[in-house]
Amino acid sequence: MLYREAGQFKESYAADMAIFPIRQDRIGLAIILVAAFVGVPLAASDFVLAVVMVPLLIFALAAIGLNILTGYTGLLSLGTGGFMGVGAFACYKLTTAFPDLNIVVCILTSGVVASAVGAVFGLPSLRIKGFYLAVATLSAQFFLDWCFVRIPWLVNHNVSGAIEVPIRTLFGVAVTGPNASPQVRYLVILAIVTFLTWIASNLLHGRVGRSFMAVRDMDIAAELIGIKLYQTKLLAFAVSSYYCGVAGALMVFLWYGSAEPAVFGIDQSFLILFMVIIGCLGSLVGSFFGAALIYGLPIALRNGLGALGLQIPAATVEHLTLMTVGGLIVLFLIIEPHGLARLWQIGKQKLRVWPFPY
Amino acid sequence: MKKTSIVAVALCAAIAATTAMPVVPASAQEQIYVPLFTYRTGPFSGSGIPIAEGMHDYLEMLNQRDGGIGGVKLAIEECETGYDTKKGIECYESVKNKKPVVVNPWSTGITLPLIARASVDKVPVLSMAYGLSASAVGDVFPWVFNPPATYWDGLSMILSYIGGKEGGLEKLKGKTLGYIYLDAGFGKEPIPLFQQFAKDYGFNLKLYPVAATEMQNQSAQWLNVRRDRPDYMVLYGWGALNPTAIKEAARVNFPMDKFVSIWWPGEDDARSAGAAAKGFKMLNWHAVGADFPFIQDIKKHVTDKNLTQTDKTHIGALLYNRGVYNSMLIAEAIRTAQGLTGKKAVSGEDVRRGLESLDVSPARLKEIGMAGFTDPLKLTCSDHNGHLPAFMQEWDGAKWVKISDPIKPMMDKVGPLLADAAKEYVEKNTGWPKRTEACDKSS
Repeated sequence: MLYREAGQFKESYAADMAIFPIRQDRIGLAIILVAAFVGVPLAASDFVLAVVMVPLLIFALAAIGLNILTGYTGLLSLGTGGFMGVGAFACYKLTTAFPDLNIVVCILTSGVVASAVGAVFGLPSLRIKGFYLAVATLSAQFFLDWCFVRIPWLVNHNVSGAIEVPIRTLFGVAVTGPNASPQVRYLVILAIVTFLTWIASNLLHGRVGRSFMAVRDMDIAAELIGIKLYQTKLLAFAVSSYYCGVAGALMVFLWYGSAEPAVFGIDQSFLILFMVIIGCLGSLVGSFFGAALIYGLPIALRNGLGALGLQIPAATVEHLTLMTVGGLIVLFLIIEPHGLARLWQIGKQKLRVWPFPY
Repeated sequence: MKKTSIVAVALCAAIAATTAMPVVPASAQEQIYVPLFTYRTGPFSGSGIPIAEGMHDYLEMLNQRDGGIGGVKLAIEECETGYDTKKGIECYESVKNKKPVVVNPWSTGITLPLIARASVDKVPVLSMAYGLSASAVGDVFPWVFNPPATYWDGLSMILSYIGGKEGGLEKLKGKTLGYIYLDAGFGKEPIPLFQQFAKDYGFNLKLYPVAATEMQNQSAQWLNVRRDRPDYMVLYGWGALNPTAIKEAARVNFPMDKFVSIWWPGEDDARSAGAAAKGFKMLNWHAVGADFPFIQDIKKHVTDKNLTQTDKTHIGALLYNRGVYNSMLIAEAIRTAQGLTGKKAVSGEDVRRGLESLDVSPARLKEIGMAGFTDPLKLTCSDHNGHLPAFMQEWDGAKWVKISDPIKPMMDKVGPLLADAAKEYVEKNTGWPKRTEACDKSS
């Protein structure tokens, strides 16, 4: 009833091609942004901010990165964890080499390093496709893993072999390190994620994004209409790895506070891949949904069971959570194989014609 | 299709509702909140379950037998980490607001982020014989404790045992020692010390790293062992790495009595290799078995009343007793803190002081039914470790048998290394706070 576009006329091509052509969508987005930037930091407890919101945004960013590669360009990658690690280690090296450099600049620059590494490992993508490419990126994952463990220079020869995040401030407020409040960390991450999502949205709706999708849909046809496969695929790898790298740097610096190389293992790659598949291949909002389901649901279940006042041993809760999440993933994939973002889209479509579906 | 969208909306609402729910502090006024980070699930649960059982049962026994510590009940709550850093941090954040008096991360990966947070959140970290070795230096790490010995102490004890068998450390000259380890912070930490020993005593050191993902596939490393024929092998492993290493050693016919491990393998690890594991050795600092008054009390007050999920066959097992030892330290620290402050319901700050003044004397050990179970331990402001001697024990095919007297760590080698590591940590972490916590007189 409220969600109806009757009376909204488009008078220019720009209005017709807008990303959010319906006014209610634009209002909704504004409300979400205001809520995220103002409401959540004011209302949410430290626990919700530090354990739910911060990781959720970081995972969503990583999922966007993988989505650009797998969802939009159709190149299956299992190297996400490795690329995130490159970002994290690059950020560590940068911030220890230039302690006075703004930490946000460090984080955003570390993505460039990840992007270069990603482009190098994207080289085989011109020759090999599908599952074979997945195996090639798997080798990237293992190689990078090996580097993180074996090259002590990457962690400045720390005895612990781990990244130890130093204290960095922004306008006099601690952003990293133990003194950084969850509110500050959340806002910094939210700003970076919002900005990068906006960039990704523009990129994907433009020429570059269309060439990505053309390659995904049929690479021979794309080549015939003049898209250079090699450059497009490498660009997809570079952009995707940039996002993953920034997500990795955020993860270690603004969430964990210290990280062993094991954090960037193959498990991480699979986790992000599942988020993308559950969320929706080729959808930005799907990346957020996927992260919410895969990462947020177990926490919600764990705390939900506790809040009900049931005396269940911690290990049993863990088993229950694993079973429920597994079951829900299967359920969602049966209801809508194209992921949560597709469900969202269908829901909106239904609302537009409600109450007179035909 | 309509149904599906309703389902989706309902689920989203449910998720939002449950995540937004604030965490209600469970501890009432007159309780001491002791969270236990455990892992009864995941790839390391084989080791994690007996430890969790031991930790829980000892504290529960104090609750049942004495009504807690100093008349205040302990609110014991387990948080499942699955040995995963992500979940460990989630656990920490979820218990932080309930005023925990101490946290035991039970994973080096979880300990490292908590080291920096401990002083800010005023929650002491007890990483018992794991974590960052340098945190033994209390002047730099006032909030972190890692008694009773560091991994560097452990290595020096293993080497002095091997030296003793050969008739002096000098006799190691020209021999080859192999080191098989988990290729992570934990396993890599002893390498600099090992290399220094190799240089000082003129033996060859061969390294056999095992990646965390390859713990159950060590055939390549052991092929190399067979080729290099080291005179001794030293093992630093955890989880599935230990049983696999013992099995592989048996397969390549490595003489088991020359295979020495740090303190983490349990009975199941040795048992898995069958009769061939006979002669396998490891360091330990507490007794194995159930013939102690405190275990009888645990049986009487906890396990026989079914107040726990403990598998009764685990009672008295090596890692079960390790868990009990960990809880004993917590309990004694709380008791010491109560004595120092005169308060009943102590806070994290008080327990930090309690840990620094911890003095588990022989008389006290007898009092708590642990005479002969372990050695006395005394911590001070500057020494958060104790550097306790450990003894060597051997697997006789069915159980662990103590085969040596306590071996002292070589503090002349380990001490400077610890000081250097602590200094380096401070240098690399610019802005690391200087110790401001006052030192209690008794310590």
